[in-house]
Amino acid sequence: MAAPKPRVKVPKTASAGDIITIKTLISHTMESGQRKDKDGKPIPRKIINKFTCEFNGQKVFECDLDPAISANPFFEFNAKVNESGAFKFTWVDDDGSVYSSESKIEVK
Amino acid sequence: MRLTRRQALGLSAGAIAFAATGLRAVPASASPEDAQKRIMDFTGGKTPESGKITLNAPEIAENGNTVPVSFEVESAMGGDDLVDSVMIVAEANPSPAVATFHFTELSGAAAATTRMRLAKTQNVIAVAKMKDGSVYMDKKEVKVTIGGCGG
Repeated sequence: MAAPKPRVKVPKTASAGDIITIKTLISHTMESGQRKDKDGKPIPRKIINKFTCEFNGQKVFECDLDPAISANPFFEFNAKVNESGAFKFTWVDDDGSVYSSESKIEVK
Repeated sequence: MRLTRRQALGLSAGAIAFAATGLRAVPASASPEDAQKRIMDFTGGKTPESGKITLNAPEIAENGNTVPVSFEVESAMGGDDLVDSVMIVAEANPSPAVATFHFTELSGAAAATTRMRLAKTQNVIAVAKMKDGSVYMDKKEVKVTIGGCGG
């Protein structure tokens, strides 16, 4: 499998105090551990189990994922912005790998 | 050693019983009780009241592999009126947990959208835990045409 590729949609500008909508998507099979391969052996679980969003180092939103989340996990959530800065998104895989992405926003 | 008719019958009966238990050992779906237990663990033993939280999910999901689900909690998201976390459970999935969302004052609004897998037609429950400890829930039945947990 190719390395999971995060895609994030954050508005480029906002006014102070605005509540903005953020959309994130990451390519990942999210193998649930429930499926079996051709020989009837269970395919081991491998999912992204945690997603976090930080703004200038402060936590904004966090989610614990369970195997019932679909492949290529998608999230849409809100954030309140009072100042310009950068959002940092991180996804933590079962095997310990961390995928991350950053988006800047300018507050006028 | 020759088997008498009685012994042979006993053996085959045992074999059938064994096969039956073997079948039952295949991970069955979780029961609503498991989901209830999970909710109780999340709320710390409190029974959630209805209201405040709205869960949105399709009435009919053709493909259980990606079922859009979203929720919204009425809250000012500031001061004492703060949503701590929201948990989503699917009653009849092999494992009822779907996801747990954690919010902060910077979240602005306690709402989120994601996509989940549903094994079959079942109730989906969202439970919101407020900062002051009160808990609220909403429930939706989703009819699933093709299950989404593999087999």
